[in-house]
Amino acid sequence: MKNKFKINFSSISENEAFARNVVASFILPLNPTLSEISDVKTAVSEAVTNAIVHGYPDSVGEIELTAELDGFDLHIEIKDDGVGIDDLKKALEPFYSTKFESERSGMGFTIMKTFMDDVSVSSKKNGGTVVKLSKKIIDENAR
Amino acid sequence: MKIKYNLDKSTLHVYFIGELDECTASKTREIIDGLISDINGIKKVVFNLSELTFMDSTGIGVFIGRYKKFKSKNIAVFVENPSKTVDKILQISGLYKIMPAV
Repeated sequence: MKNKFKINFSSISENEAFARNVVASFILPLNPTLSEISDVKTAVSEAVTNAIVHGYPDSVGEIELTAELDGFDLHIEIKDDGVGIDDLKKALEPFYSTKFESERSGMGFTIMKTFMDDVSVSSKKNGGTVVKLSKKIIDENAR
Repeated sequence: MKIKYNLDKSTLHVYFIGELDECTASKTREIIDGLISDINGIKKVVFNLSELTFMDSTGIGVFIGRYKKFKSKNIAVFVENPSKTVDKILQISGLYKIMPAV
């Protein structure tokens, strides 16, 4: 089965739950395990939170969320047109944050990498950020 | 996110009910820090996570922040009953080193 959706939403924190729940509903026809659903929800939440907190630090912008299913392969893209990431190499390191003063842990990308099979990030100063997340969902009935 | 608590002698049990993310973090911080400053004589805090249905890295920041605050008041912090996914997040982030599981 091939399937796809694309949505745009405002970069406000109320939409974090909205975004992760949309993706969770989208993959339900594949009969994912509870742990697969939680993994995907957590990774989506991390990427969307980054876009809200770091992409648009002083304004409300737009976030585009795309998800594609190709058989059991899930590909998710979270895109913002915000300020971009200054030092991508550092941003990907565990426990690195530009906002420690507001109690941020710096673990976002590490968690995405732990819960997904593949994570890639591209960013440009003042040119936005795109995070791509992929994971193979294994049919529960096939086990 | 809802926070419930009960005080057992000098141990404060804090129950997290709901989802802890960027959206619910500041309210959660405020409630817990309020409890700690309102109640005298707390020596130990136990975060019960059995009804924490979702948490991401924002939650780690909230926990580390509380740990630092409580440490300065000589209050020890523990966690109990996290879900499988929350447990994974606590492990990756090394949180159990500062907040042991009970």
